[in-house]
Amino acid sequence: MVPLTWYLGVAAILFCVGVFGVLARKNAIAVLMSIELMLNAVNINLVAFWRYLEPDKMAGQAFAAFVFIVAAAEAAVGLALIISVYRNRSTVDVENVDLLKW
Amino acid sequence: MDWINTIIKILNDPFTPAGEALAKWLSGFMPEVGVPVTMMVIRAAFIGIFALVMFMVMTWIERKGVARIQNRIGPNLAGPWGLLQPLADGVKALTKEDITPDNADRIVYNIAPILSAAAAMLVFAAIPFGPGLIGTDMNIGVFYILAISGMGVLAILLAGWSSNNKYALLGGFRVVAQLVSYEVPHVLSIVATVMLAGSMSLTGIVNAQPVWYIIVLPVSAVIVMLSGMAEVGRSPFDLLDAESEIIAGHHIEYSGMKFALFFLAEYVHAFAVSCLVTALFLGGWLAPSPWVSVIGVAIMLVLMLIGSALNQSPPGAEAGSRGGVIFVTAILGMLLIAFSVLAQYGLTVPYLWFFIKSIMVFNIMVWARGTLPRLRVDQLMSFNWKFLVPLSLANLIVVSLADRLAKDGLGLRAGTWPWALWMLAFNVALLLVAFALVGSAGRHARVAEEAPAAEADARDEHGEQPHHEEHAAHGEPAAAAAH
Amino acid sequence: MTTLQVMFVLVGLITVAGGLYTVLARNLFHAALGLVVSLAGVASLYALMEAAFLAAAQVLIYIGAIAVLIIFAVMLTEGVMGKRPRANDQWGYSIVVALGLLAVLLVTLYRFDWPQAAPAAVPADSIVRLGKALVEPDLYVLPFEVASVLLVAALIGSIYIARDKRVEK
Repeated sequence: MVPLTWYLGVAAILFCVGVFGVLARKNAIAVLMSIELMLNAVNINLVAFWRYLEPDKMAGQAFAAFVFIVAAAEAAVGLALIISVYRNRSTVDVENVDLLKW
Repeated sequence: MDWINTIIKILNDPFTPAGEALAKWLSGFMPEVGVPVTMMVIRAAFIGIFALVMFMVMTWIERKGVARIQNRIGPNLAGPWGLLQPLADGVKALTKEDITPDNADRIVYNIAPILSAAAAMLVFAAIPFGPGLIGTDMNIGVFYILAISGMGVLAILLAGWSSNNKYALLGGFRVVAQLVSYEVPHVLSIVATVMLAGSMSLTGIVNAQPVWYIIVLPVSAVIVMLSGMAEVGRSPFDLLDAESEIIAGHHIEYSGMKFALFFLAEYVHAFAVSCLVTALFLGGWLAPSPWVSVIGVAIMLVLMLIGSALNQSPPGAEAGSRGGVIFVTAILGMLLIAFSVLAQYGLTVPYLWFFIKSIMVFNIMVWARGTLPRLRVDQLMSFNWKFLVPLSLANLIVVSLADRLAKDGLGLRAGTWPWALWMLAFNVALLLVAFALVGSAGRHARVAEEAPAAEADARDEHGEQPHHEEHAAHGEPAAAAAH
Repeated sequence: MTTLQVMFVLVGLITVAGGLYTVLARNLFHAALGLVVSLAGVASLYALMEAAFLAAAQVLIYIGAIAVLIIFAVMLTEGVMGKRPRANDQWGYSIVVALGLLAVLLVTLYRFDWPQAAPAAVPADSIVRLGKALVEPDLYVLPFEVASVLLVAALIGSIYIARDKRVEK
């Protein structure tokens, strides 16, 4: 039997890898991929808590399903935005899209 | 008569006793913890090898079948009736030079065919060949198969990108667009069967079919078959990876064994789709009841007799061939009826029934490939989004409505013939409404195209007849595309 | 170490390795493939936790659709050029922040008093229960319907945003 803390540990490591990716990568699509990593880490947490604490109520799995849905919607809209920015500015570097900076 | 019962039991299921004997032999010299893992590996290898052997049989059936439809013979040099032709193809693929294009991404270029073939073969882990003969009986069997098909989409995209070839990339984009689009009616129609059977497990769906679902859900069966054919990339949906097209698709840069892996992936996936349709709609490993098979064989023989009476042979065709085909069909029909009678007495032989049914479904796919012309890519997409998706949504609503009415209103029980005929009536009504709508839409399109052109003609050539035939010809492709 | 624990360690290593490859790869396409490996690892973790429906849904949604979408976006924006630096100026601070967050999380995990009993068995009809939970009025039907409206909005919005307006001129 795998202890609960192992699952939560893997989720924490994956989340921090995602945080590093979001903060340190230049390409906007790489930032989006790191956000997907963070969402998956959160999902692992939810399902682990469902499995180990209350496997007969489906709250954990339902919540994880909703995170799937929101992640899919966000990935679609985010990538559409990146493509539109690329068409107008010919760049996908997050540092170059800075018209609102003072 | 105990030995007859033993023979019947062994014929019905030779794999389970063989598996148990093998496990006992293994535990003789292996520690206890290793035996289940080894048995799992052996079962997986067995199913994988079965899939590969069926690949060889499928390519032979396809080449001979398409050849006969096209009035030629097909491969007949490698072994009797060309039965060893797949082996010859394999040897040829292995001995071809393995070229990797310049600047191609080597790792991705090599992984793509492997991923494609793996995704096709992984489907067989959930297909039920018999009551206990399944790789692993997951309670999400159907959903697992859909997920693995989704994974195969990624492999094609990788192949298209890693070839470092604009045409391969464009071909890969279009194939992915087709595959992702046709997943929608595929999933929606499979949901109808899951809803009626009350379980996503394929064994559960097969067990819920004392009356086969093709009678209860014919519209779903047709949609799953069509979108399954489009998912695999077979004719008439194979514009995107056919050899005679200019953009030969995502595997233009592959040669030798890697191309053979793509080829293998396509045929294994086609057989997997046939097995899925068999398990979902044709009752899986259940034998038909004897009077159903008698009626079926009688209808088939009558149709063949009528067809051969109406058919005119081309001059020079062999005189006795038609009679020979009908004779062979009659013999096979008698065998079918005999087996279904025997099934009533316990000799069910489930894997044989499953095998026969899935090969029949694959034959329908071969028939479609041999006779239908290819669809253009915009016809393909509009067929999906404008016809199949609304039809499958309407089908889902109508089926759930009819089922609820039957169970609560009339008190019919699922799995009985009255319930099946009630659902069949609703499905036929849905089809009639759908075709009426499509027909009227086609008529409107044709009239709209004829009207301004008719006016222009009447203005150009005073008093001359507007040419209705040409305008009808313009209207026909639009009506055909709307169909 | 039981078999299950060995499998968990393997799958966990693959998942984290895929994630690291995603954030560290120069070639954006290889980063997308690392993401696919990581997502497949997460699906295996769900399968290990006996959440079968979520494992299949993960493969279908993430690998079958979102990863394909990301690869399409990579190809359309030509961000595959490998020789440009992959990290921006604040990568040092990012490492510090990420490691600090990891330390905080792990310390919290190991200090907390988790229930030590073996987990209860998953009910055999968990899929039926999940389906009922998503449509029962006193469970989760409202978030379910709102999620479907969200998806329609995302569908229409992303088509409109990504449309090539130069074609119309």
